[in-house]
Amino acid sequence: MNAVEVSHLTRMFNDFSAVDDISFHIPEGEIFGLLGPNGAGKTTTIRILCGIMLPSAGDVSVLGYDVKRHPDEVKSRIGYMSQKFSLYNDLTPVENIMFYASIYGVPKKERAARVKELIEMADLSGHQKQLTRTLSGAWRQRLALACAIVHRPAMLFLDEATAGVDPVSRREFWDLIYSLAGEGVSVLATTHYMDEAEYCNTIGMMYQGKMVALASPERLKNDLPGTLVQIDCNRPGEAVLLLQDLPGVLGANIHGALVHLNLEKSGVEPKIKKALANAGIKVNSWEVIQPSLEDVFLSMVSEQLSGNPFQEQEN
Amino acid sequence: MDYVINATHISKQFVKNTPPALDDLSITIPGGILYGLVGPDGAGKTTMLRILSSVMLPTHGTAIVMGHDTRKDPDPIRHKIGYMPQNFSLYPDLSVFENLNFFADIHQLDPAEKKARITEMLRFTRLAEFTKRKAGTLSGGMKKKLALGCALVHDPQLLILDEPSTGVDPVSRRELWLILSEVVQNGVTVLVSTPYMDEAERCHQVSFLSHGQILATGSPAELVKSLPFEILEVKASPRKMMRSIVDETEGVLDWRPVGDTLRLNVPNHGMSNRILHNLEKRMDKEKMKVTVLRHTRQSMEDVFVHLVNTQRGTV
Repeated sequence: MNAVEVSHLTRMFNDFSAVDDISFHIPEGEIFGLLGPNGAGKTTTIRILCGIMLPSAGDVSVLGYDVKRHPDEVKSRIGYMSQKFSLYNDLTPVENIMFYASIYGVPKKERAARVKELIEMADLSGHQKQLTRTLSGAWRQRLALACAIVHRPAMLFLDEATAGVDPVSRREFWDLIYSLAGEGVSVLATTHYMDEAEYCNTIGMMYQGKMVALASPERLKNDLPGTLVQIDCNRPGEAVLLLQDLPGVLGANIHGALVHLNLEKSGVEPKIKKALANAGIKVNSWEVIQPSLEDVFLSMVSEQLSGNPFQEQEN
Repeated sequence: MDYVINATHISKQFVKNTPPALDDLSITIPGGILYGLVGPDGAGKTTMLRILSSVMLPTHGTAIVMGHDTRKDPDPIRHKIGYMPQNFSLYPDLSVFENLNFFADIHQLDPAEKKARITEMLRFTRLAEFTKRKAGTLSGGMKKKLALGCALVHDPQLLILDEPSTGVDPVSRRELWLILSEVVQNGVTVLVSTPYMDEAERCHQVSFLSHGQILATGSPAELVKSLPFEILEVKASPRKMMRSIVDETEGVLDWRPVGDTLRLNVPNHGMSNRILHNLEKRMDKEKMKVTVLRHTRQSMEDVFVHLVNTQRGTV
């Protein structure tokens, strides 16, 4: 069974389509990343999936429940954590978790054991009696996660949950998310950081309410038109000016001390190398590199602006 | 003057008996390069930039900027540099043109120069179409570009930018970096801070900052070279079998999941090829479906995480 099934979901605000006919699914135990700039429709989509906003059209089921008919069933079975997660600053971590346990109706006799388990998971053992306000960003984030899963939800929503956290803590946070996924919890995460989307099994890129791409990170990168090449040469500024208008060059930019070229996949390399040699530019290294998800995203946006949507989800 | 910035043993302590915000930092920046101060929130980036912009004095240490001591002789520095703090104050009720005009007047440009500079700034921030738009109604990315234009309008030789790309969407972020590389091409020295590890690659020289200390300084290529491991990427199904094979493979230093892919740290110098070969053989024997099995580039995040772990003594 898929944890989430979204079929032709549309949400209108007066004449404006915040979400415009999107479809996707999340298999059980998978991590789905929803990406897009502000205003793309990510938050509206999450609100509908959480059962707190109704769709204008389309079908949405979460953990087998239709969000239109059984929103309360959905709400009680999901966990939600955002960047602005409401932790109580003048309570201790244990008190915060206890509070959420009572809200979510975790049976009283199970609470103590569950709290202990979560404090261990979040590695908060040395900080149990500290007030939450005195915890650093990374600790607070893990505490927020503990609160969000106190009732053992089968579906977890992470809304910009890693904003502002250092890379080491971010990796540790994702380790926790993976162990939850390993236990069968399904996850939908939104993020601004394109590199973070690498952590997801499947990615949906939203732009202006539409799903402009839907595939695994690997697949998205492979499907990018062109080949990315990184060149180390002695006069990069000049090289860019020389190459940017040549046929077969889709893009040429300075990248630090290096030049990044996006070349058509049709073997234009010899011509480019010759052009550089003719201009007396010495190439120290020429390396084909993997595009980043940011490259994919930028390509999607420019395609979208010229009207060429791409939509397909691997099974 | 050899260096545009020569800062030695800079410390800053805001509150007595607490860890210092900056702890004995030294950096030297030659002219004409793009220098990145890269680190997570709270690392001390903003404090360092304030000191180098001569708007704050260090507790200890000396900063020489454009040949002038920030402590003894700050006035000439302020005319020679452009400084864009994180929350740059544009005048929301003034138009794009009026904002540029205002900053040109502050710096007392003569009329002919002023006209030429404003035209130039509008061209290169790609804001020429929007001269009459009120700054308050611009999108986040456009505001950043206008702020950049205002910081550059008096043609400074050194530009200091505090997190120009934070909170802007990927499209504007990419554009901002293209503009910065153009600024450097024009001979301006640029010092920029960022919490995004991937942006380190866009700089000529990088200092990684963590907890008020410099972890390492060098060009992106040098920093990557300093890593004592290479990275392999593996994606194969069934996933569980892939994990156990990776676990059992000799020589793998560490691995972690990133989406459906595993990233393996393996020793340098030929060892990596042997491990790659062994993995291939083993997965072939088990008749697994192997989608990805290759060397991959070490990212700036890999470098940063390694440096932090080394500092903590966990490797």
